[in-house]
Amino acid sequence: MKQRYVYVLAGLLAAIGLSVFYYKWQVLSFPVTENQEAPVWTIEAAVNFESGPGSIKAQLHVPTLTPGFRMLNENSVSRGYGFSLNYGSGGREAQWAIRRADGEQTIYYRLSVYEDDSVNVTDTTPPFPPRPVIDEPMNTAVEVLVKDVREHSADTASFTSELLRRLNDPTPDTNVELLRYGVSSNADYVDRATMILAAARIPARTVHGFPLSGRQRNATLVSWLEVHDGDRWLYFNPATGVESLPDRFFVWWRGNEPLVSVEGGSKVQVDFSIQQNYLDAIAIAETQAAQQGASAFDFSLYSLPIRTQAVYAVLLMIPIGALVMVVMRNMVGIDAFGTFMPVLIALAFRETKLLWGVILFTLLVTLGLTIRFLLDRLRLLLVPRLSAVLIVVVLLMLIISLTSHRLGLNSGLSVALFPMVIIAMTIERMSVVWEERGPMDAVRAGLGSLFVAVAAYTFMGLKWLEHLIFTFPELLLVVLAIVLVAGRYTGYRLTELRRFKELARS
Amino acid sequence: MFSTARRLRDKGVLGLNERNANFIMRLNPRHFYPRVDDKVLTKELAIAAGMAVPNLYGVIAHQAEVKDFPKIVANQTSFVVKPAQGSGGDGILVITGRSERKRGNFRLSSGMLISDGEIQHHISNIVGGQYSLSGARDKALIEYCVQFDPTFAAVSFQGVPDIRVVVYRGYPVMAMVRLPTRASDGKANLHQGAVGAGVNLATGTTLTGVHNNEIVDDHPDTGALVSNIEIPQWDFILESSARGYEVTGLGYLGVDMVIDNHLGPLILEMNARPGLNIQIANSTGLARRTSRIDEIHDPNDTPAERAAVARREFHA
Repeated sequence: MKQRYVYVLAGLLAAIGLSVFYYKWQVLSFPVTENQEAPVWTIEAAVNFESGPGSIKAQLHVPTLTPGFRMLNENSVSRGYGFSLNYGSGGREAQWAIRRADGEQTIYYRLSVYEDDSVNVTDTTPPFPPRPVIDEPMNTAVEVLVKDVREHSADTASFTSELLRRLNDPTPDTNVELLRYGVSSNADYVDRATMILAAARIPARTVHGFPLSGRQRNATLVSWLEVHDGDRWLYFNPATGVESLPDRFFVWWRGNEPLVSVEGGSKVQVDFSIQQNYLDAIAIAETQAAQQGASAFDFSLYSLPIRTQAVYAVLLMIPIGALVMVVMRNMVGIDAFGTFMPVLIALAFRETKLLWGVILFTLLVTLGLTIRFLLDRLRLLLVPRLSAVLIVVVLLMLIISLTSHRLGLNSGLSVALFPMVIIAMTIERMSVVWEERGPMDAVRAGLGSLFVAVAAYTFMGLKWLEHLIFTFPELLLVVLAIVLVAGRYTGYRLTELRRFKELARS
Repeated sequence: MFSTARRLRDKGVLGLNERNANFIMRLNPRHFYPRVDDKVLTKELAIAAGMAVPNLYGVIAHQAEVKDFPKIVANQTSFVVKPAQGSGGDGILVITGRSERKRGNFRLSSGMLISDGEIQHHISNIVGGQYSLSGARDKALIEYCVQFDPTFAAVSFQGVPDIRVVVYRGYPVMAMVRLPTRASDGKANLHQGAVGAGVNLATGTTLTGVHNNEIVDDHPDTGALVSNIEIPQWDFILESSARGYEVTGLGYLGVDMVIDNHLGPLILEMNARPGLNIQIANSTGLARRTSRIDEIHDPNDTPAERAAVARREFHA
């Protein structure tokens, strides 16, 4: 019965720990490995124009919905200009205004985005567009073309593909030739396609953007066709009619309004430059969690002051050491002094590094034991004797530090981080075992402690594990669950297989 | 590795983890522990239950009383000093006589001389808690030194051989004789190097021995065979150990007895966490026997009836 409670409790703890972990990992994009950096693109739009003396009002379309990307931050650099972000018919617009300006002006709008596949177009379904009013003879050409394309297609997607294929036909018929008349730019062409689609009562719009890759100066805007099939938006390459989006296509704005308009300025020019850099994934997750209003980050260790973080980076590894201890004691069956002494020694090893730690520990315990045996002759009472051993240990540490400093070995200085009380207790316990059960048992338990300490140090020192636990402290619930289950482990210990080997013989 | 584990499981060998989780935690309520951990209390309870124990000469509970030690032993030539809450036989001094020349000096069972002052230092260490289970303050007992029966003389090296009976829910399930060796320094604890010999519960005769987890036939120091020795008053020993259940309330209990030349079997101490080497000495697993007890267990059985069940069920 109790057995089952333990498993239910352990299962519950593990489930909570793992689900919080999964949420933070998948939804909030907390990085599971250290130094994980995600590419971040900084896109800068530089609006350049000539201003006569007078007031200026500039409007620039800026990204609103960006499928595949999530916005990290945006800002505007424009000295003396008032800046605001508004929603217009084509999405968000950045607006700059100044009472007096003269000469050449440049204002900047900059935003940083990173890739996030989970971002979809959360646009609402558009209404069927009204039939556009088209002048003759264009109107007839549109009607004929729509009728013809409709016969050769099954649904919105195939209609669009077929339409674009015909519009791109190198040997166009007269209708298409008429429709292509006056189209000079890529954007005009997509506009024309949108108009024909509207005539077929299919919601369509132009999207303007660019594929992000590396560092680009004077990135050119590409116009793409977006068609709604009643369910979701589809993207079509206007030049081929293939339904696709270029890799890492970043949508800047939608619709056929001009990108920029400057009242009071002339020779308006917009330059886009793109720069790719890498940002710590933690920072991205932080920003994202803040944007989503998730409180997970408020309770994250990264919100603590750096000094406190460093303390917790160490503290959070202690449960791992305890887990190693549980496995070593109850499953392997290694003799060690004290329940958690090896874990504390392992903590000290973090500062001294392994080799020096082992040397210093062995040195301290050996010297301490020698002096403990000398003290034994004085027949001191227990507590004074323990205190005497403690004082001797502190003095020994001092001597080791001073000697190694003289010799130019800096590692000796880190001895001060050894838990001296624990070492004094170890010396006392070891000497008692030595007297009672002989040197063999004492040395074996001493080596056992050292071995467990080294094992604990190895696991506690795993960088990826440290990062994982620090970023996802809820995983400690999983550790707790494992320890609970291990607490009900009634199988043999590894060393018992050897101990009872005579009985295993049949 | 796994095949070894499976074979051990088949033989019903009890491991430490299973002993702790399924026997000690389930059958031994924590609040009964002082009854076995404090040897002064054990002695009182055993006497109240009409069991034979070594006579108590005195108890030293405070450092200030340590100096009373010579008075306590003034009329004794042999005695034992032990911590009331010791474990594993640690901290026990066996004094077998006094020096001929200096009355203040005592002779240890090993033959070495020890001064009055050294004994007092040892007692103050005991009182200070050096040998107690938790390291807390303790009491030192000074009691009758058992004049051991010649039965095991040939297979003991100094010290006092004792008989350990494991009692499960009141039924003796396994027993062994623990024989001191040179290596164990006169102590009867297996992990200190004593030899253990399994006992046929039905007849009270010894089986093969175990020394440092290996099966042995003869004593490492005396060379005499450890098997086929008949333990005197075996019925009484079985019944006394079965009664240990009523005295302590512990369902998984080790009862340690010694056979005195004059007084017969005496209860030396009881243990709430009896070790598992007894299985090697008997070449059989404890779990097999305890599960048999679980089947035939009857809460109304008297100690004598339970001893009879053990004799009937667990031969060889």
